[in-house]
Formats: sequence, C-alpha cells, structure tokens
Amino acid sequence: MRNSVFWLLAALSGVAFLAVTRALIANEYYYFAAYVVLQYIVLSTGWNILGGYTGYTNFGTGAFFALGAYASVVLHKTVSVPLPVMMLVGGIISGVIGLGTGYLTLRLRGVFFAIATLAMAIVMQTLIVNWDFVGGSRGVYIIRPASAPIAGSYIQYLYTLMLVLAVISVGIARTIERSRLGLGFAAIRDDEQAAEAGGVPTLRLKLISTTLSGALMGMAGAPLPYYVTYLDPDSSFSLAYAVNAVAMPVVGGMTSWIGPVVGSILLGTIQQLATVTISSALNLLIVGLLLIGFVIIAPNGIVGLVLSWRRRARAR
Amino acid sequence: MANSLALTGVNAGYGRVRVLENVSVSVAHAETVALLGTNGNGKSTLMKCIMGMLRPASGSIVAEIDGARHDLVGRTTEEIVDLGIALVPEGRRLFPKLTVEENLLLGAFRRSARALITRNLDSAYATFPVLRERRRQLAGSMSGGEQQMLALARALMSEPRILLIDEPSVGLAPILVSRTIDKIKELKERFELTVLMAEQNFNQAVRIADRGYVIVHGHIAFEGHNTDELNNNELVRKFYLGL
Repeated sequence: MRNSVFWLLAALSGVAFLAVTRALIANEYYYFAAYVVLQYIVLSTGWNILGGYTGYTNFGTGAFFALGAYASVVLHKTVSVPLPVMMLVGGIISGVIGLGTGYLTLRLRGVFFAIATLAMAIVMQTLIVNWDFVGGSRGVYIIRPASAPIAGSYIQYLYTLMLVLAVISVGIARTIERSRLGLGFAAIRDDEQAAEAGGVPTLRLKLISTTLSGALMGMAGAPLPYYVTYLDPDSSFSLAYAVNAVAMPVVGGMTSWIGPVVGSILLGTIQQLATVTISSALNLLIVGLLLIGFVIIAPNGIVGLVLSWRRRARAR
Repeated sequence: MANSLALTGVNAGYGRVRVLENVSVSVAHAETVALLGTNGNGKSTLMKCIMGMLRPASGSIVAEIDGARHDLVGRTTEEIVDLGIALVPEGRRLFPKLTVEENLLLGAFRRSARALITRNLDSAYATFPVLRERRRQLAGSMSGGEQQMLALARALMSEPRILLIDEPSVGLAPILVSRTIDKIKELKERFELTVLMAEQNFNQAVRIADRGYVIVHGHIAFEGHNTDELNNNELVRKFYLGL
C-alpha cells in the first residue's frame, strides 16, 4: 500500500471512528477511558520508533510525557493559547529533550542506554519538583475552560484531539517503516557498527529517532493537565507510563506499526476494565504478567504470532 | 583515472593501548595488496583507521580517487564511503534479520550511491546470481559462503574504487575460502578495483595478491614486492608460517 493511500485510510478510519463514537456514546466515562487508551497508542508508537525500529530501549517515557504536560502548565499560566498549539509546543520541548538525550548517550548501548534514560527521567522529575512556578512537589490545579472550542463537552474535545494525534503518530510510524529512514533504523538495530562501516550515518539517524520518539510522547502529554485538572510530579512522571510504553509494543509486536496499536488497545482496555471492576492498584500487575508471558511464549508479539500462523497455513 | 591509497607513519590504538606503530602501507592503482598477519596484530585496526572509524594518533592516510587526492584522517566514515572506499568487514557483519535485498540497499545508503541504486542492484544480482534467488530471504539464514558473497556485494553497492576486505576467509570451509578468493579476483578485474585485503590465510591470499606486507605486533615486519619474495622470505617462513 502506498503511503498516501495509508494516510488517507488512516484519516478516514479516524473520522469514521470519531463519528460512530460521538453518535452512539453519551456516557462521558467512556470518553475518559478511551482517551487513556488513545494516549497509550501515541506513547507506545512513539516508544516503538526508538525501541522497536532502532533497537534502543527507553525507560524514560514518563519524563518525555510529563515534560509535555508541564509545558502546557507553563503556557496555561503565561499566555493563553489553544490546546493544539500547546501540543505542538509540548512536542517541541520533549523532542529537544529527546535530541539531548540521544546526544549525551550516543556511545551507550543496550542496558546502559536504558539505565541512562531512567536516570534522565529522575533528573527531569527533580527539576520539576524544585520548580515552584509549576507547583513543585505540591502539584498544580488547572481549571478547564468552561466550554470546548468545537462541539461537545470538554472531555469529548480532549478525546477528539488525542484521536487525531494517534492517527498522525501511526501514520508517521508506518511512513518511517517503509522508508529509507526505517531501513537505516533497522540497520542500527541489527548491527550498528556494520551500519557505520557501510556509510550509514548512524549518529544522525539515532538522533532523528530519539527526537521523533520524544516529540510524540511530549505531544501525548500536553493535554494531560486539562484531563486530570490536578498535575503533580509523582503521578505525571510515573514509572507506569514507562512500563506500559515498553509492554504494549512488546505484547503487540515491535517490528511493525500495528504492533503498538494492538498492544495499546489490548493492555489499555484491560487496565481500564480492571480499574473499574477490581482496583487501579492491580493494573501494573496485569501488565507485568502479560509482559512476562509474551516474552516467554511469543517474543515477537501478537503480530509475530499471526504472521507465523499465516506462514504455517500457507506452507500446508 | 588512478585510484590509490597510502598510509604513512600511522600510529593508532584504543585508549592507552598502542596497536599500530609507525605503519606505512601503500596500494597502487589496480593493485591487489595483501596485509598478512595472524590474529591480534592490528590488521582490523588498520582497516578501521582507513575507514575513519578510528582516528590515528599520528601519521597520514591519503587516498587518490579518480586522480584527486584526499586526506582521509579526520573525515567521517560516511564521507569516506562517499569518496569511493568501501569495507567488507571482518566476519561479514551482515544485518542478519534483514533480507538479502535490504542488506544490499543498505550498502548504497549514501546519497551519491542512491542515484544509481537500481543499476547497481541489477549488477549485484548479475554478479552473484544466488543472491537474486535469495532476495527475500533473511541474510542470517544463508550459509557462510553465501553470506560472504552478500558482504562483498553489499560493499560494491556504493560503487567503490578502492575495496578494503578484512579477513574474507574467517569462518569459512577451505573450499569456500578458495572460492571467495577467486571471486575477489574476478570482482577486482570486472570493476577495475584497487584492493587491500587483510588475511591470515597466507597461501590463499598470496594466490591473488600482487604484493604484500607482513604485520607483526602492529608494525610492518616485512614488505614483499612480489609474491616470490613473500613465499621465499626467511622471516615470513620463520615468524609467520612457522616453517
């Protein structure tokens, strides 16, 4: 499928999904829940650009996400700009942090890179905790605007924005996957030194990867203050985001754009269900168990399972 | 147009460990020069210096490509590949989880190589018919000999004038070593390459080399101006071949 066709189909299915949900669902709770699932599609798709395509495991998802949120807090308290602009700014901020992280860790690979991203997240959280303007460790209350700029309630507006962002993220991931850029990323994942010896500009590609990945996470975080209305460092920098952003692509499948989407919908929905039926404390336990299960039974995720079934069926 | 390579007084190492000491090696136009030496004597380090993957502490590395002189020290690997120098790394270093065709495309990642990518891909398949058959197969699933062919084909995708080959015999059965060496000779003639080949398999390397150097503990122990000199040198027989 050509890229333009894919983008068109993705946009159409996004619009169709939006129209159907808006027409059928009135209960606001479902929008709150769907927002979180969509947010995870963006986070895990962003994570997968660096983690799945390029082969660098990032445990700092929470930081990129929270910095996007705090960028919105700063904008909220200083200038009044529309939320889509805040998302762009959040994306730029986290993208720059991604670029910096990539630059500072350019010689680190494997587990050392993962540890460095974890450390980066802690440094960022400490900075926010000590920054009084955005509430410090007390957190900050954000009052939602009384009405949404487009039809519907404010949560429906947030849901719509996140749906648009999810479609864009998936489109970007799919475009990269089929491009020369994606081929370069895959070369880094397979054998970085060999890629370098063959003239693949590994440093530049890695920086593109960390920047893009960070930017998508930041954009996902930007509407968070308006979603939660009370933002504090502990919950916004939560390790749960990092764990989920790793688990969802692993469960779904890391080599294709659809993997993180499948993983996010599955794990995200299970967590939302568990939150209302059992308890919200159980969420990470479920994610952890699924993660262990998939790593052992299906290391290539659901997408990998389906592909191998199809191959076996064809061989028969 | 002439293509040649000259290293003069190169010193290089990793951290405080000196690997190359005052190494001078030259490859004249359309020559095949063998760099002979057993493991751990600095052959790969020398290759890395030429490719800009390791910066020498001192010394000069100058390449002449199509008649133009270029100082290689301080250039990035990408620039050096762009100039027309390609490396077949030791142990092949393919991208095992990518297909054969993707591996070839990665050999032509540079902008300058991309323009002619279809032509070069066809040429690679014409030179190595087995690779066309296995186009969609994962590189890691091929046999050692086929992988070595792919490594050679990948390096040629950037249309190099100077080809560096690091230990083509590593991990191959004797019959495949001899076939690979023959193939290198054929490629050299077909594409009018200037070749520097590091190898520890003395007899096989000397078969196609015009002349050679013996590298021992990071310095050039002997320079043979032709294969007879290499074959009959006492030093080579004693230190290198152990005869």
